Amino acid sequence: MIRRSWIAAALPFVILAFAPLYVGPYYLGLIGRFTSLGILAMGIVLVWGQGGVLPLGQGVFFGLGGYAMAMHLKLVALPAGELPDFMQWNGLEQLPLWWKPFTSPVLSLAAVIVVPGLAAGVLAWLVFRRRMTSVYIALITQALALAFATLLISQQGTTGGFNGLTDYTTLFGVPLGDERTRTWLHVATIVLAAGAYFFARALGATQAGRLVTAVRDGENRVRFLGYSPAPYKILVFIIAGVFAGIAGALHTLHLGLISPAMVGVVPSIEMVVWVAVGGRASLYGALIGTLLVNVAKDSISSAWPDAWLYVMGLVFIGVVIGTPRGLAGVVETVAARLGRTRVVAAAAAAAAPGAEPIGEEVTTHG
Amino acid sequence: MSSFALALSQLFDGLSVASILLLAALGLSLSFGLMRVINMAHGELLMVGGYLVYVAHQIAPSASIVLGLPLAFAGSALLGAVLERLLIRRLYGRPLDTLLATWGVSLLLQQAARSWFGPTGVEVTSPDWLAGSFAVDTGPLAGLAFAHVRLFIIALAGLVLCGMVLLFGKTRIGLHIRAVNQNRAMSSALGVNTRRVDLLVFALGSGIAGLAGGVLALIAPVTPTVGQSYVVDAFLVVILGGMGTLRGTAIAAILIGVLSAVAETFTSISFAKVLLLLFVIAFLQFRPKGLVATRSRALEEA
Repeated sequence: MIRRSWIAAALPFVILAFAPLYVGPYYLGLIGRFTSLGILAMGIVLVWGQGGVLPLGQGVFFGLGGYAMAMHLKLVALPAGELPDFMQWNGLEQLPLWWKPFTSPVLSLAAVIVVPGLAAGVLAWLVFRRRMTSVYIALITQALALAFATLLISQQGTTGGFNGLTDYTTLFGVPLGDERTRTWLHVATIVLAAGAYFFARALGATQAGRLVTAVRDGENRVRFLGYSPAPYKILVFIIAGVFAGIAGALHTLHLGLISPAMVGVVPSIEMVVWVAVGGRASLYGALIGTLLVNVAKDSISSAWPDAWLYVMGLVFIGVVIGTPRGLAGVVETVAARLGRTRVVAAAAAAAAPGAEPIGEEVTTHG
Repeated sequence: MSSFALALSQLFDGLSVASILLLAALGLSLSFGLMRVINMAHGELLMVGGYLVYVAHQIAPSASIVLGLPLAFAGSALLGAVLERLLIRRLYGRPLDTLLATWGVSLLLQQAARSWFGPTGVEVTSPDWLAGSFAVDTGPLAGLAFAHVRLFIIALAGLVLCGMVLLFGKTRIGLHIRAVNQNRAMSSALGVNTRRVDLLVFALGSGIAGLAGGVLALIAPVTPTVGQSYVVDAFLVVILGGMGTLRGTAIAAILIGVLSAVAETFTSISFAKVLLLLFVIAFLQFRPKGLVATRSRALEEA
């Protein structure tokens, strides 16, 4: 049974991987971009849906991964010994020290994973160590997103400032605009997304994964059982940070641009919107939510630029009030109603542990 | 200008920033303490106050403050009350969900402001009696100037704070607010209409945010995103001060206002933001519940 459900879960990834055969280049680019964002969204499911901590600063880790990739791409696009254009405009004579490692492709790829992971780890250690409440953590991560974006914009000479980093030519010696490169990039994105999905799913079945969910539903009870919740929360936070970093690097490759506008407070909350729409406790829900919201954004904001914020605001209020479990919750409810036997409903409830109580169930023993 | 005078003038600027932060943070802090609600649209209530002063200024330029500030207070308070009745009441006990839903509201309000007033800022010129400044011409403090507008803002913030202290300490409704803050179930059992207290506190906090926006309009242009730029700092004030305490919020607002003014003189505005965040995170390592923590014997708190 378990094996069959894993195969069923893998099927959409396989279909998507063959998209270059049946989809034009424009939509292929969109699928690639949105699937990379989906990796980040699955990280939010781990932290928020399963861990009960709302991260409002995932843009920071997305940005760290994205900038690590972009710095490498920027450097390999240059003739030897020359500085990136924006550094020249800002009168820099020499490559800053912290740019130097990014001449190496291996170190850059390592940085895509290590830097966001490390940053997430340090932040998580600081906030979980002293039992800060989830609301505090949400607000602190949001302040982090603000500080990160402001810092990037202000350091124009070394970060490219408001415009970010763009104009890449080659990746590992292969021209980026080439059709074959784009196909391989697409396949790599789908494979990484599938890898992230199965990793997250397998994690949920381990003892650590169950403890994370247990902490969400009753942190003090977990403590009374003799566990320290902090290491488990830090673990999922790091995993989500790494997911976000990988997503940032892939997205940069697909779009050909990374800028502070993608890492600040608003984009970071938008990331949470994708997951809220899809279903905060469901990995697949988050993937589908990411695709749907971004496709909607792409089409609505090009047709009526002003309407997009209205639509997103209303969708958000509607989802939170109407279906806290997102689309995944709607699907489960419908499936349960349509189900011929009650077994289906029971299975759906079992498949989404903790779908109820959603959010914070405050138990007061006063 | 001597370095001492320069430091004093930085301190003064810091205090005026702190005053606006205090006004912006009071409502957030109160509604969190009372209802465990994080209102992401709070910044937009501030923005509404700013635009209302602008509207008052358009109608009667000479009375932009006398007419505008009460209008800003009333308008934002009304909007806050509507928000509480229609949205927040449905989400009690789910703080992170209120955070998300109110963020949706903030998007709607921002976009509405953009449609009505345009994406660029609108300006309010302060009336003549606020235009000048007290300048020190002689002595060791020569060159120091206290702008009337900033003095007015500091005085207003002080006045509001005093009013709140009196309201909380001396009135019946203040007693009810404190009671609900300490133990909602028990106050309800003793006959306090907790829903009414919630509505009142939320509207009051929103009105004060409107005031903050109103005075902000006197020193900076009002833009659709003005709320967003203040609300994150206001959240830091609330976190640092401890949720739901007047004293903590006041001390934290002064601390953050002055610290960021000092940090901005030594580094840049952006580094000051980073330093401020680091300071708050470091402080919470010692006092995870902020400066003034409400004591409670409850095992689990939101």
